Amino acid sequence: MTPAIRVQQVTKRYGAVQALAGVDLEVAQGEFFGLLGPNGAGKTTLISALAGLVRASSGQLEVMGHDVVADYRAARRSLGVVPQELVFDPFFTVRETLDLQSGYFGIRNNGAWIDEILDELDLTAKAGANMRALSGGMKRRVLVAQALVHRPPVIVLDEPTAGVDVELRQGLWQFVRRLNRAGHTIVLTTHYLEEAESLCGRIAMLKAGRVVALDTTANLLSRSSTHALRLKLGNGGSLPAELEARVVAREGGAITLGFDRFDEIGGVLERLRASGVAIDDMEIGKPDLEQIFVDVMRAS
Amino acid sequence: MPTGAFSTLLYKETLRFWKVGFQTVAAPVLTSLLYLLIFSHALEAHVRVFESVSYTAFLVPGLVMMSLLQNAFANSSSSLIQSKVTGNIIFVLLPPLSYREFFAAYVLAAMVRGLVVGLGVWLTTLWLVDLHYAYPLWIVVFALLGGAILGALGVIAGIWADKFDQLAAFQNFIIMPLTFLSGVFYSIHSLPAFWQTVSHANPVFYMIDGFRYGFFGQSDVSPWISLAIVAICFVVLSALTLLMLARGYKLRG
Repeated sequence: MTPAIRVQQVTKRYGAVQALAGVDLEVAQGEFFGLLGPNGAGKTTLISALAGLVRASSGQLEVMGHDVVADYRAARRSLGVVPQELVFDPFFTVRETLDLQSGYFGIRNNGAWIDEILDELDLTAKAGANMRALSGGMKRRVLVAQALVHRPPVIVLDEPTAGVDVELRQGLWQFVRRLNRAGHTIVLTTHYLEEAESLCGRIAMLKAGRVVALDTTANLLSRSSTHALRLKLGNGGSLPAELEARVVAREGGAITLGFDRFDEIGGVLERLRASGVAIDDMEIGKPDLEQIFVDVMRAS
Repeated sequence: MPTGAFSTLLYKETLRFWKVGFQTVAAPVLTSLLYLLIFSHALEAHVRVFESVSYTAFLVPGLVMMSLLQNAFANSSSSLIQSKVTGNIIFVLLPPLSYREFFAAYVLAAMVRGLVVGLGVWLTTLWLVDLHYAYPLWIVVFALLGGAILGALGVIAGIWADKFDQLAAFQNFIIMPLTFLSGVFYSIHSLPAFWQTVSHANPVFYMIDGFRYGFFGQSDVSPWISLAIVAICFVVLSALTLLMLARGYKLRG
């Protein structure tokens, strides 16, 4: 099956800055794909190159098999982009904005689908309101609606929940999950790694314009030995010397020990008891994407 | 509501200025009317450019054309700079619009605004002056070409400028002098030889002179020369604008 997105050896240079340094990626149709990286890693540049907002210095990008330069009309019809910035045209109402966006994609009689999107995004009551009169969260939802008016098979969300309250964030993710279940390919960039962990089936991590990790979320999580045991020892007790090798962090009187397997924790507790060390507080943590992300960024 | 990408962009650009019609249409019409009242009051008895044409009548086509040109430029340039500064330009960059459609929509919308304002000036001055219409086709041709040229120049300025003050500089230091020093208020034959030569290097002079010829059948230079120069300007500026758009200059990184 044709990949939803294919990126081959893409580079992008802005003067002395190498924003993309040979990116290779494929996203299959129907995937929920995460694109992670620190600020300046090249995520937005890559998305912009896919959307035709910037031109790659070299390499090839395709959306649903359509080259974004040679076959830009078909590529752009296949792609919906929710931009990172909260942008809007202050001259128009919500419905006018969506009608115009439909027209740009050559779609006639799109009223029923626009009504459905407005309803799904809880914007029906604001359809006649000028864009300037909307709250930040509502403007963000209109951006989502604009990206969907032409029913694109591939939807890119560039940090859609930045500065968004919890309720809207949850509502937005429910809606995006439904779109994904309906067959839409979703590409998400976010700095909220817990969101990426819970939503994305596969993740690429970018650093300095290169892909430094690309795997399923489950495989990425299993890479690390960070089953973590966080302890606060009582009565000025100190950790037995043979456990020092497991220490991954010391912070505010708490010691964090790392494990490959969950069942190793029992042995450690046994050793502490045998040494007569009292435990004031204890917390067991699963490996999380944030730790993996930090590890990958440090290692690369 | 139109359904094609080009027609939607044209519709949106037209709707955009129409929604703020007091600012974009009524205000420039009023300004032109004030020019007419003040200049005709001050100079009607002292200046006669063409025989059998009063100074007030001479002034009207110049003011109509000047308003048309300035507003055609303002429409495309202000729309683009606002969209760039606020970031909503992406809404027209993401859809499957070709650079030719982009060019045509912005220039045509600029022409529409220029023509609406020019028509407004003409209509409001009808009760003040008895105009002649010697060659209406020349009037239409120069109005359309002038609007298209300034619309294209507005696209260039809107794309080139990164900030509002850069656009203001373009408008105040290029467009305003070109339009004011083009024979709107006088015949260039009344100027010293040096300034006559300078005026002949101003393409707006030919737009206004040719436009005025359509009303009175008299002009400073042959309307055919004016038409040739204006047509060349249109071709050159359109080619430059299309080249900028095709390369994505300042629009597509």
